[in-house]
Amino acid sequence: MTLPIYRADDDPGPSFVDLLSRVGQGPRWDVDNAPGASSDHPLRLTHSTTVVAVRCADGVVMAGDRRATSGHLISYRTMEKVFPADHHSGVAIAGAAGPAMEMVKLFQLQLEHYEKVEGSSLSLEGKANQLSQMVRSHLPAAMQGMAVVPLFAGFDLRRGVGRLFEYDVTGGRYEESDFAATGSGSLHAGTVIKLGYREGLSADEAIELLINALFQAADEDSATGGPDLVRGIYPMVATITSAGFERLADDDVSARFRGLLDRLSSTRGTTSMGANPGARATTGGKGSKKGGAAR
Amino acid sequence: MSMPFYVAPEQWMKDKADFARKGIARGRALAALEYANGILICAENTSATLRKISEIYDRIAFAGAGRYNEYDRLRIAGVRHADLKGYSFSREDVDAQGLANAYAQMLGDVFTHEVKPMEVEILVAEVGEEPDDDRLYHILYDGTVVDERGFTVLGGEAETISERLQSAYQDGFDAAAALQAAVSALAGPDRRLAPDELEVALLTRNRGRRSFQRLTDDEVAELLGTPPPVDDAPAEPAADPEPPAEEDGSSNGDEA
Repeated sequence: MTLPIYRADDDPGPSFVDLLSRVGQGPRWDVDNAPGASSDHPLRLTHSTTVVAVRCADGVVMAGDRRATSGHLISYRTMEKVFPADHHSGVAIAGAAGPAMEMVKLFQLQLEHYEKVEGSSLSLEGKANQLSQMVRSHLPAAMQGMAVVPLFAGFDLRRGVGRLFEYDVTGGRYEESDFAATGSGSLHAGTVIKLGYREGLSADEAIELLINALFQAADEDSATGGPDLVRGIYPMVATITSAGFERLADDDVSARFRGLLDRLSSTRGTTSMGANPGARATTGGKGSKKGGAAR
Repeated sequence: MSMPFYVAPEQWMKDKADFARKGIARGRALAALEYANGILICAENTSATLRKISEIYDRIAFAGAGRYNEYDRLRIAGVRHADLKGYSFSREDVDAQGLANAYAQMLGDVFTHEVKPMEVEILVAEVGEEPDDDRLYHILYDGTVVDERGFTVLGGEAETISERLQSAYQDGFDAAAALQAAVSALAGPDRRLAPDELEVALLTRNRGRRSFQRLTDDEVAELLGTPPPVDDAPAEPAADPEPPAEEDGSSNGDEA
């Protein structure tokens, strides 16, 4: 590889994405002219689902389930959907898994590249706008069924608060004041958070709220994965505070889910466990899942 | 009709080399040392914003002496080279050797083909998993690459400073000892360098993904073992070991 050196009047600046397209390596999602591409025959793409974020007193908490699906099949059980974007921000993804992971990789690189070239980090606002541009440039692929809808959250060091941003497929950027959810289970998860949210939640309360929200989303939405006690796979939770992005240890998340399950089963027969809690207790989750599939 | 004068290639190269050396010698020096837990780079630099040491990639740092604009151009090219390589392949595949070779090619080309050679001398440092894997590539204005062991000095009076550092250098230094050795070698017997005249950065082994870390003036002062500036220092400047206590004291105090 030769050294990418440019004349002063021809310099791509601190943008890694611009640099990539200059060297001919920019990601190309444009499948318009691909043979056989048509919206009548959509590809069986892997999709990922519910991610949530909520603001708390110290910053923001983000969480996401671990399931990726292709149509009605589960294609991946340990997918991670919450990533550190840089030291003080995180990005979570829902939508077509391949393009989403590529977008996250590029976004992380873009922030780090900017920081190294310019010698200082982008503002949180700047980072949110960068992501917006990336989602917008992805629109042609989104029109062909490869939509990627991220969530962006971070601790704004200049303002000293946690902030959340939601996006739509056109790159529209919507700052939320309290909480945000995206993906197929976002309706259920969002409702749970909405009911449990109050101003000034502690980080601990916010984590519990998100865990409950993800559980309820997984309970209602087949494309969202719940806690997998057999394999020991739990949704991923991360906090972003003035100290930076920190992923919660699996043991901690596992203990919290077990606590939630204990609480729910001690009050079973109420809202979330279906009409026949007795059957569930003896045959485990299997019976109810079969019922769901036969519908 | 004008006819260009014939200049012997030897003379032409020598003139260019002299020109480049003169430019580099005008700059203040910097030293890089391997210590027990990584690599320490210390530069004499009074500016708090125009840097001579910077981060290239996870385990790689860059430093230079000479013309600032040329240094900065090379630095950005290095960041781009490393980020592109890491993106196309994997982060593990980015190493100092590839980068040093790319720099050497580029500097060599400029030295031979352009009218003006670059007036910079650069360092590409990489911290490894083990002390034996640490690398210091010292690249000269004409593209010569030197794979240094232990320590290296760039910039004006490099030879004198190198000799001073040679006598002070020890294998398996801790960070404080390495910094003290570097600072006294850079300063020489007749001067003392205060923390705000220094730019210090570390490549720390096993510090997570990004091992580059810039030290603040306070951290430098702590490693050097100089007492932190006291606010009421001007009342009795004689007691302060730093001669220009008033100025240093106030500027350090602001940054603290």
